[in-house]
Amino acid sequence: MLVLDRLSKTYADGTRALQDISLSVRGAEIVALVGGSGCGKTTLLRLVAGLDVATGGRISLDGEAITAPHPGVGIVFQEPRLLPWLTVAGNAAFGLDALPARERRERVAHALDRVGLADHAGRWPRELSGGQQQRVAIARAFVAAPKVLLLDEPFSALDAFTRADLHRHLLALWAESRPTVLIVTHDVAEAVALADRAVVLRPKPGRIDDTVPLPLSRPRQPTSPGSEAAVRAILASLDRSLRPPGETPERADAALWW
Amino acid sequence: MDATPHPGLATAETAPAPARHRAGGGWLVGLLLPLGLACGWELAVRAGLAQGRLVPPPSRILDTLRALAVTGELWTHVLASLTRVAAGFAFGAVAGIALGAVTGTLPLARRLLDPSLQALRAIPSIAWVPLFILWFGIFEASKITLIAVGVFFPVYLGVAGAIASVDRKLVEVGRVFRLSRPALARRILLPAVLPATLVALRTGLGLGFMFVAAAELLGASEGLGYLLLDGQQLGKPEQIVAAIIAFAAVGKLCDAALVALTRPLVRWQDTVREAL
Repeated sequence: MLVLDRLSKTYADGTRALQDISLSVRGAEIVALVGGSGCGKTTLLRLVAGLDVATGGRISLDGEAITAPHPGVGIVFQEPRLLPWLTVAGNAAFGLDALPARERRERVAHALDRVGLADHAGRWPRELSGGQQQRVAIARAFVAAPKVLLLDEPFSALDAFTRADLHRHLLALWAESRPTVLIVTHDVAEAVALADRAVVLRPKPGRIDDTVPLPLSRPRQPTSPGSEAAVRAILASLDRSLRPPGETPERADAALWW
Repeated sequence: MDATPHPGLATAETAPAPARHRAGGGWLVGLLLPLGLACGWELAVRAGLAQGRLVPPPSRILDTLRALAVTGELWTHVLASLTRVAAGFAFGAVAGIALGAVTGTLPLARRLLDPSLQALRAIPSIAWVPLFILWFGIFEASKITLIAVGVFFPVYLGVAGAIASVDRKLVEVGRVFRLSRPALARRILLPAVLPATLVALRTGLGLGFMFVAAAELLGASEGLGYLLLDGQQLGKPEQIVAAIIAFAAVGKLCDAALVALTRPLVRWQDTVREAL
């Protein structure tokens, strides 16, 4: 169980990125964090990953406080961030230094197979497409067998076909070890395709505005009535979250122009 | 092909052939000018149109080179210059890498050392010569020190700059996997700065050759620079040009050796390194 308790983050320049975020995520649950830009989604993930330190509140994983990078938490960044001097297999094995070579090889081979890159193990990252690189990054996070996997808009730079493909690879890996997944996305369809619950954030400062449960069965079809209704529900909630309270809809529309 | 209804298509199909031809013969074209000038000069001197006393024809230069090589004199001088460059390069490169690494990683060391080093860099290295001769004498020590100083600065700047520009995002990957500081240095920083360091070493090696020529011109009893000076004092321009050619060949060979030795370390790079 991942628990965020009244989490706040204020940057040194006084920017309040997050305010009183409280969220509990069960084991094996997939939660999508959606919201407009500047609502602190990435900041939130960086706090859970232990890369930044919260200015208030606490994060705990199965009762253990997280203040620094934790072995039970893995992250896939917005960019693949592969190390260009390591092969695909070397990159996937990056976090497994403590394991014996044999087990390391087996785990990496299995994960690369799951993301469809078994034939590319000996290649350099520069020889891969953007989607393939991101799959290596996903494999790198999964082989470390994290209890919590954080994904920071991992597919935002990819085209729709590649994205749908990666959703399948991601769910296949998730089904094996069933970690808790926190995925930040600005793509509502992506949230509906993957998550059990969508958490809508509201900007300035980032707060939780709404939670939309997504009790759909898997595998999900983006065109099914259930998915479409869920997309509409999240969009409606997002729309509300971006409109400051008490403000008239006309002014909010005008703001969209800017 | 004549009957093709799309002329544009035809040119598109035939275009790659001349392009390939150009790429393959490109370096030969570059030889046209120097070879043409050399042959023209040779002919002019042989025909009695020019004297060729101050600008010797290529045949005389080649004869001089051959004579120097046969007597073994050339190798003595090449070896003397190479030894000096090797020693100066080793000292300069080690000092440059060490200080560059220290100022690149420790902010306090950067604030403490970098301003002084930058100030020293502004001094033309040749200006040190009188002082080095007073301090270290007129023999090897002062020459090697001068070469080391010449090599030091490009290496220092290259390494410090490379460390400062390591991608924070890759460092974060190391943090996420909880690498210790030494492991972070070994597994992320070191490979990340390697390409820029190698480029800096190449620059340093080039400067090493520049400064060995300067050091030997200022007083030596052997070395290619001595050969230059000897040619000037005895009025033998063909010996000067022969020494210049030897410098060029040795410098190019050393650079090629450095590139060849270090290529396996950076074969992962996604750049056009060959073009350098």
